[in-house]
Amino acid sequence: MSTSSDPRTKPAPPKRSFELSMLLYDQRYRSITIQVFFLFLLMLFAAWLVDNTVNNLRALGRDFSFAFLNAPAGYDISQRPIEYNSQMTHGRAALVGLLNTLILAVMACVLATVLGVIAGVLRLSNNWIVGRLMTVYVEVFRNIPTLLWILIFGAIMTEAMPAPSAFRGDTPAASMLFNDSIAITNRGVYVPSILFERDLGSFQLGPVAPSISWVLVILIVAASIWANKKIIDHATRVQNATGIRPKTWWKSILVLLGPLALYFIALGAHLEYPELRGFNFAGGTHLRNSLIAMWLGLGIYTGAFVAENVRSGILAISRGQTEAAFALGLQPGKTMRLVVLPQALRVIIPPLISQYLNITKNTSLGLAVGYMDLRSTLGGITINQTGRELEGMLLMMLIYLAISLIISGAMNVYNSRVTLKER
Amino acid sequence: MKKSIIVAAVAATGLTAGIANAQTLSQIQERGELNCGVSTGLAGFSAPDANGVWQGFDVDKCRAVAAAILDDPMAVNFVPTTGQTRFSALASGEVDMLARNTTWTFTRDIDLNLTFVGTNYYDGQGFMVPREIGVSSGMELDGATVCIQTGTTTELNLADFFRANGMSYEPVPIETNAEAQQQYLAGACDVYTTDVSGLAATRASFADPGEHVILPEVISKEPLGLVVRDGDKQWEGIVRWTLMALIAAEELGVTSANVAELAEGTDSPEINRLLGAEGDFGAMLGLDSEWAVRAIAAAGNYGEIFAANIGEQTPIGLARGLNAQWTQGGLMYAPPFR
Repeated sequence: MSTSSDPRTKPAPPKRSFELSMLLYDQRYRSITIQVFFLFLLMLFAAWLVDNTVNNLRALGRDFSFAFLNAPAGYDISQRPIEYNSQMTHGRAALVGLLNTLILAVMACVLATVLGVIAGVLRLSNNWIVGRLMTVYVEVFRNIPTLLWILIFGAIMTEAMPAPSAFRGDTPAASMLFNDSIAITNRGVYVPSILFERDLGSFQLGPVAPSISWVLVILIVAASIWANKKIIDHATRVQNATGIRPKTWWKSILVLLGPLALYFIALGAHLEYPELRGFNFAGGTHLRNSLIAMWLGLGIYTGAFVAENVRSGILAISRGQTEAAFALGLQPGKTMRLVVLPQALRVIIPPLISQYLNITKNTSLGLAVGYMDLRSTLGGITINQTGRELEGMLLMMLIYLAISLIISGAMNVYNSRVTLKER
Repeated sequence: MKKSIIVAAVAATGLTAGIANAQTLSQIQERGELNCGVSTGLAGFSAPDANGVWQGFDVDKCRAVAAAILDDPMAVNFVPTTGQTRFSALASGEVDMLARNTTWTFTRDIDLNLTFVGTNYYDGQGFMVPREIGVSSGMELDGATVCIQTGTTTELNLADFFRANGMSYEPVPIETNAEAQQQYLAGACDVYTTDVSGLAATRASFADPGEHVILPEVISKEPLGLVVRDGDKQWEGIVRWTLMALIAAEELGVTSANVAELAEGTDSPEINRLLGAEGDFGAMLGLDSEWAVRAIAAAGNYGEIFAANIGEQTPIGLARGLNAQWTQGGLMYAPPFR
């Protein structure tokens, strides 16, 4: 019996120098060979596509240029978050559209999250009617295409609300709500806006000019929230040390509202009410039908999906957690808020990112109700007036991709903070 | 992921762009059908009737071209296009020609590489308002909410008009004429603006047309043309001269009723050349000598098509105005068939 048959003393296989055939016959290299080969094919295909496009464009006598972005746009946009008129460039019009897209996306994400969390929690309620009502909401809204919801909300606003002329006359057919401060018309909702008597002006930040007064408001609110968090943290420390939680509610209210109130008084803030002037209401803030239809359509539709995410997250937490909390004497509300939801978040967040991305991409349905988002300005009127389909579409795709990646990145950071810390 | 999206987009455009330069005439003859881009529905100009057959002023131009090439005015596949999709449809080869309310402008002609073969209808942009708001001039529209179709020259003219007169307005962008009509009737806008012919056609379809007025201001020149792609001279010639044949036929008194008789030969050399009894103009276009006879027989000459679809005897009730023959004080003028 030779020693080589003994498994304990099996010698290492003889070292062979590298040969070309090993790329195909050696398991260690084969997979790499195949991957390199396919990557090569893919690049060849991409090169052919680009070459084909360039050649065909040349054959049509067309060039590939983004110079059109500097040409005057010539068209007007109804909803302008920044200064814009028809003499400004196509690039500026695209920026207005982009801001409109972001405004709508943020509004719809907030609505979808609020609705989704409420509906998701209530769907698990022991109250039969509440539970069934939420089931109806979820099943009705997520099983009808979002475009139809947008069109329905648009049609309700246009067809069922009174025209501005109905508010005119001694015995008007329609009247404003809340002491003549809010007007709901078939052209949108007019709400009072806050104006400052001693406005601080604005500063130039790249292509936009934000108002200093409002930037300060945001900073003050952020600082207040941070200070309030410190107060609560302090209360928790005291509670941990002594077992008695000091009263914090009056401090919180003072810190949250005090600075803002002082700031508003200092700048002479007052409300500007909408009033009927000429064809339409003037003054106040005009929330257009298109914005409201898109906001409700996207928000309520996606809220149904978020509700299911929340429900799945809550159900993923074992019953033992709830029972343990009850055994400690926590009430059901506190159990949900302090024990179940924090643990459920790590299940909820990843699918929630997808829903936020869906909302952002679905804002491109805006043209259906005449909402002037990026798709309607750059991807619609600009492409049509300049005939630069390829450039416009590529630019628009890049912008949507960038927005989506930013949202996805930010949410992933948040996700990594709420995941279960395992040590 | 980023790369794959760009590649897909480039692929989509790259693959469709290849068709553009081929010989359009032989393609149509092979297919046995003309693909004609029309509007998505504008009464009198292009709209399907109760039986689903397309009818209208623009539609009859397509039928005339189809008759000239294929000897069958019904061999047309009508492709409804919106203001946004029309040029892509033409550039990609989805349609062979556009016969819809498309304004002939410099950038469209030069920068978009389209060819406007001639003016089909001389139009201008106007405003329509409900009678009850009591506006009698475009100058009283400061602050009004205006419905416009997006992707048209209309929104550019509108911006210019209000800016030039120092007035403000609230645009409500809308994709199709049908949607605009619904928004206007619901009172979501005070004013509807488009070409005057389109306003008249839209108003004719209202339950109560008398309740709406078209304001006297015409704020732009809108020569509506037939459009083909650049790069196919023969096809461009066929469409241009079919339109010219219809216009010349009216001037020369050739109608759908007498065209067969006149084609036998007349004392007028101009009519003989038009109808192929003298000369060989058809062969120069790649067609036979009877092409113009068939085009005129399809729906009549320009005047007949006008009268049957949008003239004063129809609900739309447009006067000939600028669209009368040059001999009658209008702008319709066909170059000589010589």
